[in-house]
Amino acid sequence: MQRRHMIALGALLASASMLPALSVAAQDYPERPIQMIVPWGAGGGTDAVGRVFASLLQEDLGVPVNVVNRTGGSGVVGHSAIANAAPDGYTIGIMTIEIDMMHWQGLTDLTYEDYDILALVNSDPGGLMVSADSEYQDVESLLAAIKSEPKGTFKGSGTGQGGIWHLGLAGWLMAEGLDPDQVTWVPSEGAAPGITDMVAGGVDLVPSSLAEGRSMIEAGRVKALATMSEERQELFPDAQTIKEGTGTDYTHAVWRSIAAPDGLPDDVKATLEAAIKKAYDSEEYQSFMKDRGFGLRWADAEEATKVVGDDDARLGKVMKEAGLAAN
Amino acid sequence: MSVMIEALGLVFQPYVLIVIVASAAFGMFVGSIPGLTATMATALLVPITFFMDPVPAIAAIVTATGMAIFAGDIPGALLRMPGTPASAAYVEDAYAMTRKGRSQEALGAALVFSAIGGIFGTIVLMTASPVLAEVALKFSSFEYFWLVVLGLSCAIFVSPGAVSKGLIALLIGLFAATVGIDNPAGQPRYTFGNVELLAGVQFIPAMIGLFAVSEVLRAVVNRDTPRPPIPKNRGGGIFRDQWRNLCRYPVQVLRGSAFGTAIGALPGAGADIAAWISYAISKRFSREKEKFGTGHVEGLVEAGASNNAAVSGAWIPALVFGIPGDSITAIVIGVLYIKGINPGPTVFINDPQLIYAVFVVFLLANIIMLPLGWVAIKAAGTVLSVPSKVLMPIILLFCIVGSFAINNTPFGVVLMLIFGVLGFLMDENDIPIAPAILGLVLGPMLEQNFITSMIKADGSFLAFFERPIAAGLGLFTIAIWCIPLIVWAVTRMRRTA
Repeated sequence: MQRRHMIALGALLASASMLPALSVAAQDYPERPIQMIVPWGAGGGTDAVGRVFASLLQEDLGVPVNVVNRTGGSGVVGHSAIANAAPDGYTIGIMTIEIDMMHWQGLTDLTYEDYDILALVNSDPGGLMVSADSEYQDVESLLAAIKSEPKGTFKGSGTGQGGIWHLGLAGWLMAEGLDPDQVTWVPSEGAAPGITDMVAGGVDLVPSSLAEGRSMIEAGRVKALATMSEERQELFPDAQTIKEGTGTDYTHAVWRSIAAPDGLPDDVKATLEAAIKKAYDSEEYQSFMKDRGFGLRWADAEEATKVVGDDDARLGKVMKEAGLAAN
Repeated sequence: MSVMIEALGLVFQPYVLIVIVASAAFGMFVGSIPGLTATMATALLVPITFFMDPVPAIAAIVTATGMAIFAGDIPGALLRMPGTPASAAYVEDAYAMTRKGRSQEALGAALVFSAIGGIFGTIVLMTASPVLAEVALKFSSFEYFWLVVLGLSCAIFVSPGAVSKGLIALLIGLFAATVGIDNPAGQPRYTFGNVELLAGVQFIPAMIGLFAVSEVLRAVVNRDTPRPPIPKNRGGGIFRDQWRNLCRYPVQVLRGSAFGTAIGALPGAGADIAAWISYAISKRFSREKEKFGTGHVEGLVEAGASNNAAVSGAWIPALVFGIPGDSITAIVIGVLYIKGINPGPTVFINDPQLIYAVFVVFLLANIIMLPLGWVAIKAAGTVLSVPSKVLMPIILLFCIVGSFAINNTPFGVVLMLIFGVLGFLMDENDIPIAPAILGLVLGPMLEQNFITSMIKADGSFLAFFERPIAAGLGLFTIAIWCIPLIVWAVTRMRRTA
């Protein structure tokens, strides 16, 4: 116990002086610090995943792995920074599902094909949440009301306009045979402000991942109606799957992957993939994700590339029909 | 009571106390460099807290952020370069005091009343969290819209000089805030196809440019006619005058702390708005209005207490409902989850000793701020005796590092330089700079809350007055606008009559 304390204290002091790691790997790669680009702000979920991976990779590879937040522009800035770096293994980054959306919006020419995707390390299904005092206490009655009331009666929130949870909701409405804009979208700066606004009576529903509403669900202020996954979630056993609730087979999930610029040398790629797999399997990562309520999902490079590609096509379709894609 | 003793036992351990002192020094270092923010200090600490028990982990973050926010006042007072938008509200007064040789008193006031505000906020946090959190939950975009409008109005009314010039500064800030894609429609605006501009004008490089780079430019332009030297610091210690200030302005201290805590408890508002509103209230009700902006300590006392109280207040929704009040509490909520403390009403029942330990850490962090802040002020005071031709290049260096570090991109440095020239031109034309900063910070909130309110209300303006709290705030804001007009009309009528 005492020793562990001393290690932590040492690390605290070291961070102030930015001491580099002392050990150096025997092989050629890596021989200098690696930069890990996170396209979203410090403190968010993606940032947390990036930082955990950075510290685990640092331990395994023996060189410092520095997290760099390149934020803004709905993720375009950070994703561009990863793709435009030299493919030498010294710049990697966390790639999020926005890569499958931003080129449809006409914000960038970048697609997932501009990256070497190394692994998928997390997946969180979308959900459906309402305020605890909402008159709709299951997904079936909510859907019936959305159907019967005029278009725009219901308001949803939880991301910006055309953001991932907006698409999840629009995709669900389409799957139920409704117009994608049957529920009016109220843009917010993320799930937390959307949920707060819902409890304050500003909007009717939030289709974000249930993990993002966990504290409010546990506080009894928010009711989790449904999960957009194939099976119910361990943490939220009362939330039905969409299929159980309405009979429609609909799933929607966000994922986080680790990617490098396209054209990585094979040996570097192999080293990184092995280190990422090891970090994923580590006790630290597994318990960190469970404690935060984040979903664990592993897919190796090949499978991850397929998942990302499939989502690209699916989201493109939703965005075109919802009028959210650029012409 | 046994819970409290258990909590004290968790905190008063050599290891925890060493962590507190080490993180305090770290926070002091980060905060006193323009451009390195409290949020950045917190993010850097996160991986280290993985190896710690819950109490030292929280203690490290709470202490580092508290210190960083106070330390932001140091370059503000000594060099007119505020470390945070929250300290921009009273930077003119603090710097004017420095020029009169009262830098120690100014910084002493910032330190002491920061600590008092922080402790006040903590006591409220300990005693009234659940009630206040309930009120905070009633705030929707309609209420936040009025609150932001109120904050912006305050910036105009308190800025020294002509109201029209304050308004120009505010509009410059609001215009800069429209750049980028992070607006409610999600459409790129004024980006000219530039990927970096999609992220908009980042306020840290802009703030460094407007305040610090413009100061460097002024020093270069006025090289042959140096400003009169700053008189030797008269009077004695940092703390000596503060007792007198406390006795003279007890109402101000209490009012600043109370408003700060209340505004901080709202998840959509923070220390920035709190400091400006408090400064405006202080000026409005002061018996010496004309002294504001000329080196008067009264506004500094009230707004200084207010912004630190707001930092404590931000923890109210975070602990009670897991709703982050600002980017720092957002990070801390993540850390709490990892440590198995799930924020929410249950935490007060399941782990009361941990929550009370967190409260004790808050109090301790605010108290330890006094001796460490004293050391920092003493050390920083030597800056004033460095000749400007040596000091200014060093400041420019720090500015470049800070602007680069905020997003690790050279574009931040470009932004800083552009705003440096802008700040220089504004200052030459007597346009105050501080309102521009507030416009830049609050512009996105103003737009977001207005647009989302209009979407929710299907385009009906009346919705801004339909909810009770929104109606109250709206009428109050409009009254503030109208009072000067009415006063002007009445005096005119009397004159003609």
